[in-house]
Amino acid sequence: MADLLSAWRDPELAKHLVELIDQAADRPMKLMEVCGTHTVAIARFGLRGLMPDNVTLLSGPGCPVCVTANRDIDYAIELGRLPNVAITTFGDMMKVPGSYSSLSREKADGRDIRIVYSPLDAVKMAAAEPDKQVVFLGVGFETTIPTIAVTIKEAKKQGLTNFSVLSVHKTVPKALEALVNDPEVQIDGFILPGHVSTIIGPEPYRFLASQYHVPGVVTGFEPIDVLQGVWMLARQIKEGRAEVEVAYKRGVNSDGNPTARALIEEVFEPCDSDWRGIGIIPGTGLAIREAFSDFDAAKRFDVTPPEPKEIPGCQCGDVLRGVLLPFQCRLFGKGCTPEHPIGPCMVSSEGSCAAYYRYTDYGRS
Amino acid sequence: MCLAIPAQVILMNENQMAEVDIHGVTRTVSLSMTPEAEVGSWVLIHAGFAIQVVDEEFAAESWELIEQIEWDDGDVASLGADTAEVGV
Repeated sequence: MADLLSAWRDPELAKHLVELIDQAADRPMKLMEVCGTHTVAIARFGLRGLMPDNVTLLSGPGCPVCVTANRDIDYAIELGRLPNVAITTFGDMMKVPGSYSSLSREKADGRDIRIVYSPLDAVKMAAAEPDKQVVFLGVGFETTIPTIAVTIKEAKKQGLTNFSVLSVHKTVPKALEALVNDPEVQIDGFILPGHVSTIIGPEPYRFLASQYHVPGVVTGFEPIDVLQGVWMLARQIKEGRAEVEVAYKRGVNSDGNPTARALIEEVFEPCDSDWRGIGIIPGTGLAIREAFSDFDAAKRFDVTPPEPKEIPGCQCGDVLRGVLLPFQCRLFGKGCTPEHPIGPCMVSSEGSCAAYYRYTDYGRS
Repeated sequence: MCLAIPAQVILMNENQMAEVDIHGVTRTVSLSMTPEAEVGSWVLIHAGFAIQVVDEEFAAESWELIEQIEWDDGDVASLGADTAEVGV
């Protein structure tokens, strides 16, 4: 594995790919990396600095916790304030600020907030603590959503009456359409997410190429993967093509993972979803189907969070749409740092602001 | 958050659970999304689940793509040979 990794980080190959990108990028082009893991890879390996002048890399709405709306975080916090309720979630979600608090602050205040590695751990907790209502805060894209579907099915199979999920999941392709239609955003090509595509395959993005003439390349996460993805996009743009290509065949089948998609379909149905910075995008959320409604925290508990409010001065919304680069935010590195984050993009390890602050000196020189 | 890492299935347990080796560390994961996985299979792991089986030609396929890159000097062949032995 180490040998394989070193090959995917080979400096000579990287240098060659950069030369090819330079040759292909014969006009200015803005390429958006959709996935937060790509953002981290680009920042960590200094790939932005390798790009020719014509290629601008934009970070997109690909960090699931970053695009979770304040309203949904506030809702989870209110659930956690109910007596006898434990909120379980992935670690990324803990410090993300809502309108008035964060799960991390709630935990410090004595609420029962727990980090789990796998959603199945939350089911185990519910089985072991029958007097406790265990709520899993379901955040994530298509990579994660089938794991929650299996978890809900498992809770049903076990006959648990003290486990439920607050589903604030989001699906990616239609969010990209919203960005393409946004007059403030110019995107000439998408560096498409690797592991979301492991589940959905390349097909659901094809409409972006056929209807909007915006090409996309499904890309892996090593430096060579990302450079290859950029090169394939630049080549498409140079040649006037708009297609969806896969530069990550070792992780993505042409049909994705049909078993995983069937699990999503069985447990969830599409609904509208509120994206931080973008707003409501029809059909990009997933509600728990009636057959599993006993496990829907939004139906099991009756809470009314206060009206959400935005964080003063925070420009995460513009960063998530690709209107601003992280270091162009007026708070970046000044009022907002990973030690003292103000917005979610600086909080999450995959947030674009955190990635740029941690690995680059943009905006600080 | 959507990171997934390769692992090899080493033991099948009940209820579609299995033990996998992740770079020397053993973890229990669910195979419910990859019912075709068996002992010896390589899988991608995310949040305690195998989300895809990646076949033994995983590396070879990857290199097939790299080999399409327009090299002037043919150096890629030697790079490809290095990784083919890894077999993932």
